[in-house]
Amino acid sequence: MQFMLLFSRQGKLRLQKWYVPLSDKEKKKITRELVQTVLARKPKMCSFLEWRDLKIVYKRYASLYFCCAIEDQDNELITLEIIHRYVELLDKYFGSVCELDIIFNFEKAYFILDEFLLGGEAQETSKKNVLKAIEQADLLQENLDFQIRLLPGVLSPNISSESTGLFQS
Amino acid sequence: MPAVSKGDGMRGLAVFISDIRNCKSKEAEIKRINKELANIRSKFKGDKALDGYSKKKYVCKLLFIFLLGHDIDFGHMEAVNLLSSNKYTEKQIGYLFISVLVNSNSELIRLINNAIKNDLSSRNPTFMCLALHCIANVGSREMAEAFAGEIPRILVAGDTMDSVKQSAALCLLRLYKTSPDLVLMGEWTSRVVHLLNDQHMGVVTAAISLITCLSQKNPDEFKTCVSLAVSRLSRIVSSASTDLQDYTYYFVPAPWLSCKLLRLLQCYPPPEDGAVKGRLVECLETILNKAQEPPKSKKVQHSNAKNAILFEAISLIIHYDSEPNLLVRACNQLGQFLQHRETNLRYLALESMCTLASSEFSHEAVKTHIETVINALKTERDVSVRQRAADLLYAMCDRSNAKQIVAEMLSYLETADYSIREEMVLKVAILAEKYAVDYSWYVDTILNLIRIAGDYVSEEVWYRVIQIVINRDDVQGYAAKTVFEALQAPACHENMVKVGGYILGEFGNLIAGDPRSSPLVQFNLLHSKFHLCSVPTRALLLSAYIKFINLFPETKSTIQEVLRSDSQIRNSDVELQQRAVEYLKLSSIASTDVLATVLEEMPPFPERESSILAKLKKKKGPGAVSVNELEEGKREGGELNGGGERGGDNSAIATSNASTPSPSADLLGLRAGPPVTAAAPSAGSLLVDVFSEAGVNDDGFLSSAPPSVVSEDPAPPLPESNELLNKFVCKNNGVLFENQLLQIGIKSEYRQNLGRMYLFYGNKTSVQFVTFSTTVTCPGELQSQLNVQSKPVEPLIEGGAQVQQVINIECLTDFSDAPLLNIKFRYGGALQNLTLKLPVTINKFFQPTEMASHDFFQRWKQLSLPQQEAQKIFKANHAMDTEVLKAKLLGLGMALLENVDPNPENFVCAGVIQTKAQQVGSLLRLEPKRASSDVPINRAQQ
Repeated sequence: MQFMLLFSRQGKLRLQKWYVPLSDKEKKKITRELVQTVLARKPKMCSFLEWRDLKIVYKRYASLYFCCAIEDQDNELITLEIIHRYVELLDKYFGSVCELDIIFNFEKAYFILDEFLLGGEAQETSKKNVLKAIEQADLLQENLDFQIRLLPGVLSPNISSESTGLFQS
Repeated sequence: MPAVSKGDGMRGLAVFISDIRNCKSKEAEIKRINKELANIRSKFKGDKALDGYSKKKYVCKLLFIFLLGHDIDFGHMEAVNLLSSNKYTEKQIGYLFISVLVNSNSELIRLINNAIKNDLSSRNPTFMCLALHCIANVGSREMAEAFAGEIPRILVAGDTMDSVKQSAALCLLRLYKTSPDLVLMGEWTSRVVHLLNDQHMGVVTAAISLITCLSQKNPDEFKTCVSLAVSRLSRIVSSASTDLQDYTYYFVPAPWLSCKLLRLLQCYPPPEDGAVKGRLVECLETILNKAQEPPKSKKVQHSNAKNAILFEAISLIIHYDSEPNLLVRACNQLGQFLQHRETNLRYLALESMCTLASSEFSHEAVKTHIETVINALKTERDVSVRQRAADLLYAMCDRSNAKQIVAEMLSYLETADYSIREEMVLKVAILAEKYAVDYSWYVDTILNLIRIAGDYVSEEVWYRVIQIVINRDDVQGYAAKTVFEALQAPACHENMVKVGGYILGEFGNLIAGDPRSSPLVQFNLLHSKFHLCSVPTRALLLSAYIKFINLFPETKSTIQEVLRSDSQIRNSDVELQQRAVEYLKLSSIASTDVLATVLEEMPPFPERESSILAKLKKKKGPGAVSVNELEEGKREGGELNGGGERGGDNSAIATSNASTPSPSADLLGLRAGPPVTAAAPSAGSLLVDVFSEAGVNDDGFLSSAPPSVVSEDPAPPLPESNELLNKFVCKNNGVLFENQLLQIGIKSEYRQNLGRMYLFYGNKTSVQFVTFSTTVTCPGELQSQLNVQSKPVEPLIEGGAQVQQVINIECLTDFSDAPLLNIKFRYGGALQNLTLKLPVTINKFFQPTEMASHDFFQRWKQLSLPQQEAQKIFKANHAMDTEVLKAKLLGLGMALLENVDPNPENFVCAGVIQTKAQQVGSLLRLEPKRASSDVPINRAQQ
């Protein structure tokens, strides 16, 4: 896999992970182009498309699009399930995850992704093992006094789509 | 799971994020961010030492700001400090920051590497994993240098924790991809291969990606992995759906690992060992059987995972291409998917069948699905699926079904999406040519193509039909009749007029016997289209007319009258005017014999690969270099029609296909005639090229095919070398050449009559180039005009490495050719041999000169002798942007003079060309005419 992008229906980038070295300028250009292309597609269309010399695999969960770029010989269907497994991991970790969780805890979303995929390849596909790794890390943390999960609407305007659970649509 | 207690919230960060989200406008957001940046800066600079928590919080805020798309140029040092914290979350944020905002400051890199080294040797698996993740995320060469030796040890050590092994394997993979020369597996090879046997499925899943990549590069060293992979696969495939516990995904056992195993096997030919092969065939059969079983779950995840394995197995079957039974079964399975309700499956089935179509064992089986595929082309609602269907039809086409497929593709073209029309047109044109049994069908098809999708018929396509008609005399009469009929349509596409004009001009006599298509009828028909056509087409028609005069003397007076009319002989377009004048003169002074010789039928074209095919290959190739493509297309076309001038004239009917620069001028030898493109053609065309390149992006020219010349003699210059040269007329630095193996960068500087050029040869592969050598030569008289000396270059370039070569240039006197650079090296045993033109052009030795308006025009007037002046009028290939034009002219090397020309639209420049023998002052005046988009250029020399 060359990169993974998470963006909202409004085209806001929520997470970006690059597994190939590219300049910031190039990354921005690719992001702009892909967000536009994917958002323009209709719901029932197929989840794969050719783009430059890569294959794009994407899937929408509630308000969020998950979009991966893979190489010619990579498997599209298994990539769809990579996306799904990542959503499951986020869901399990945050407890019915929604877009707001990813906005406010972006660093956690990155950590979970790193446990699951490394260098663009699946590192550990067992849900249990990935979560175990993350939880162990959480046990190691020390500032126990700031334990709050940001409830939608408390600190931010409540945009309903962003607080919709990704698995609820 | 109550997420409320998860992680350690940083309240300050959360407040900042919601502030940003509350911003009503982009300006407000930027204001808030700047405020925050100022705050963080002052905290970082403050006297008071920050505690770890605050540091972490601020670094995290910077990260957030960066991810919003803003530039961050500080905070790296604080992030590095966090790395050495013994608090896990601080360390983690530090690593995240460094992975996302990679920095090339060498002092920082040293500190980062130090911290990583400490964590790697900490024996704390969590810290080790963090460090490995960081290396894998950054993947820089510096990191490879520091850690490529250490990681294999961690990977195979007996006491390494499983999770660390997993990270180490993929970390190594990433380093191998960036710096293959630094990752030496050597002694570790067999232990790495044996990770395929590891008890822990996660370790196997991670390690197999590494093994696959290494196997692709060194198949022999890793070939023991085949039997291990087969037995692992066999165990998974035959396991019950719950055996593998958490590695079972929606009732499918280990789908990721299965796919990776099947993928690894595709690096090798079928196993030679009968037992291994038998076991593998069994696995593949089981996978095919399972596809027929009822699903264990209705969830799409179940069927996706199951089918992912199936498609990977089919890829392996196609890769082996040796088991007819499996190939046919695969084809039948895909046939079922063609009608599946899941769009994704239909898409993949069409894609996968495309490769099956090229196997001799399954080609026939694929063909049985033709009706379904045609139906898909007509009814699929998603254009990307229709595209796959078109690809498959193209792949399954052979002599037996060509007529049906071409007919279906033609009828699809009438409603096809704009995005795929051009490619469809190319495909139809190729199939029609390739499978034409009788050429009348071919001619019909191409003319239909022009009728249905005229706008998408590129020049290559209509050039090709003319080429074929000229070369095959059995189809000429039919072609003449058919174009004549096609031109009867009240509105026909301009491309049809071009083909019609060309063919009737050559072969109109073959249908002239029929009173319905008598010479005058033919002429009137063509001329009725004349006024609706663009200049190049009109130029072509004028040439057809003069051919008519030769073919049919009875049309002479009518045509002469047309040529004599003001709209021709006084046409504001120089090319049209010249043709009208010359053809009129030719028809009145030349004897019938001379006329017949000059206007003889076109000789056959040399056989060559279809330029259409080349174009399609390019279209499908990597990267989008459409501008270059277009430009090349034009040039090829020009050649094909007999050296028509760039960018306009495609109608060199009257000349043979020898390369005469201006066909109409040469025709009559009336050079003393109208004041057009006569003097100093080289200077003129140089200038044209400067502007034709304006606006071309600098992404570089990507040649998709590696040079395949095997001779030891220097190869002839690449066909694109002129174009590559033109890119550098106005600039000194950039990428001169690039293909899949090699990239050549260039930096150059010039002073007076001396220049120095740095060439950078980059090895894009992971394999070393050996016996690398370069020679620079000055062909012909250039030898006495330019003195070029090159320093020898290292004979060995490691994979991923770059070497530099210095070339010194001295300009002795004025010159027009470019020196040639020949490069030879061996890549994987094969000799690579290519020749390019070095971008040394006379304008590099310009010294800009400032002068006042009065001086400029006085000198301008002095330069009135014909050989002192050259003028060129050409069409702007791009929208004219004053700033771009200015930049181009400055790039040319002259001084751009402000307030000199009374017309502010015009550009004037002055410079002195410095050669050893003499100094030549030059003046230039560029008059853009926006209305007609012509750009006349005046250039005077002293």
